Amino acid sequence: MTVLAIGLIVIGLFFLVVGSIGMLRLPHVFARAHALSLTDSLGAVFVLAGLAVYQGFTMNSLKIMIVLALVYLLNPIIAHATIRAAHRAGLRSSEEHTE
Amino acid sequence: MSSFFLFVLATLTVLMLIYLFRVVRGPSVFDRVLGLNGISTKAIVLLVVIGTVYERVDMFVDISTGYALLNLVSALAVAKFLEERGASRK
Repeated sequence: MTVLAIGLIVIGLFFLVVGSIGMLRLPHVFARAHALSLTDSLGAVFVLAGLAVYQGFTMNSLKIMIVLALVYLLNPIIAHATIRAAHRAGLRSSEEHTE
Repeated sequence: MSSFFLFVLATLTVLMLIYLFRVVRGPSVFDRVLGLNGISTKAIVLLVVIGTVYERVDMFVDISTGYALLNLVSALAVAKFLEERGASRK
């Protein structure tokens, strides 16, 4: 059980590291949102699932699963709302907004 | 096992510093909002890991649930405000 928990947490940390590299390196705000929303949801879900497995089958692991469902539902909503605001405010993925 | 959780804590802190660089540097205001969202997602995970280290998961999970809901409300409010106002000022 501990080995499974460690495996899940390491997979989640890998996704989180890849997401932050994308956040650091990608050229404009839409590409950065792409990096953030996908990898961040999956990485956080894997780490939380590993922690729930480490707890065993108790009330605490059920509460961790509730947090997991919240993160998995709400993280794409937040990214989508921010990017919709960026698109409506006039930003485009063209040359003048890249850094 | 405790040293593994300390390693996870250190990794999450370094990732939060990377996102903080994006918050400080970001060319547009939406980059800053996205960076803050990333930091708060890491903070949710970090709180549960801290609870596992101190063996008080029942308390820290409640805190992280509240943090997730607060993050949703604040991010939607900021996105709505910026959508109305436009991105003229940085």
